[in-house]
Amino acid sequence: MIIADRKPAGELLEMVKDCNRILILGCKGCVTVCNVGGTKEVGVLASILKIARNKEGRPLQVDEKTIERQCDPEYIAQVKDLVGQYDAVISMACGVGPQFLSEAYPDQRFFPALNTTSFGGALQHGIWSERCAGCGTCLIHHFDGMCPIARCSKSLLHGPCGGSARGKCEISKEVDCIWDMIVKKKMEKGRLEDLTKMKPNKDWRTARDGGPRKSVREELVQ
Amino acid sequence: MRLSYPSNVKVIQVPCTGRVDIIHLLKAVEDGADAVYVAGCMEGECHFLVGNLKAKKRVQYVKKVLQELGIEPERVEMFNLSAGEGPRFAEIAREMVDRAKALGPSPVKMKKAA
Repeated sequence: MIIADRKPAGELLEMVKDCNRILILGCKGCVTVCNVGGTKEVGVLASILKIARNKEGRPLQVDEKTIERQCDPEYIAQVKDLVGQYDAVISMACGVGPQFLSEAYPDQRFFPALNTTSFGGALQHGIWSERCAGCGTCLIHHFDGMCPIARCSKSLLHGPCGGSARGKCEISKEVDCIWDMIVKKKMEKGRLEDLTKMKPNKDWRTARDGGPRKSVREELVQ
Repeated sequence: MRLSYPSNVKVIQVPCTGRVDIIHLLKAVEDGADAVYVAGCMEGECHFLVGNLKAKKRVQYVKKVLQELGIEPERVEMFNLSAGEGPRFAEIAREMVDRAKALGPSPVKMKKAA
C-alpha cells in the first residue's frame, strides 16, 4: 500500500491559520491500513487542531468526513455539496487525494495532512517498510524476490557496494543491505551464477525518470 | 473502606483501560479538563492480557502531542494499581488534583467573552 506519515501539527495549523471553518476529509484506502488517515485519525487530528486553536483563543470549527478513496472520480463526486461550505479542506489521503479534489473543485483550497513516502507493507502492526520504488520495469525475478531498486540505498543492480557491512547498509544500522540478502539467498539456492549473467541496461524511461506515467487498459476505456 | 478522595475527580469506568483511546484523552483536554489520568491494572496482571499496555502507549502519544502544542505533558498520566488497593486509588486522585492545581487551569479553556 501507499505509506504516509502525518505532518506535524504546527505545519497544519500554519496552513489553516486564516480559516474559521474547515473540513478534514479522510480516506478508507491505504492510509487507513497504515493508521494515518482513516476515520479514527481524522478524529484525532480534528481534536488536536481544536485544542491548539482554543488555546490561542481563536476557535476553529472542524467537521470530519471519511470517504472510500480519494483516487477515483466517483468517490470525489460524493463530496460535491460538502466541500464548498468551508474556508479550506484538509485531505488526509495520500498525495493523490488533495490533487484529485483540487482538480474537481477548483474554487476550494485543499491542503495535504500527510507526507506520502513510499509503496510498502507492514512488518508488524505499527511498523511499515518500503518495498517498491515504482520503477515501471520490475526485475525482482532476477533477484530471487528482492528488489535492489527500492531496497538498496544506491539502487545498485550488480552487487553490494563497499559500504555493506555485517548485512547492514552504511547509511544506518537499521537498514538491511539487500545485496547481502540477495547474494546469500542465491548461494543458498545454488543460483549464484545468475548474478554473473549479462543483462541489458535497465530502461529507466518507465520510471519517474521518464516523466509522469499513465496506464491505459484499452479494453476498459469507453 | 470509606476513604475519601477529592470531589473534583470525575471517574469514568471502563471494563479495561485498553478501551481508552487517544481520542478520549484528547477530547477531555479539548473540553477543558485541567488533567486527565488513566488508572489501570498492574502490568502483567491485565485480565485481557495487554489492555493496560496499550493504554500506556496511548497516554505516551498524547503526552507527545500536548508537548508539541505547548501544553504541559504532566496534565496526562498513566497509573497502575490493583483493584484491591483502595488507599492507592485515593492517593493517586490526590496526587493528580495537586498536580493540576500546581500547573494551573488548562490553557485550552476558552476565555469567556468579556
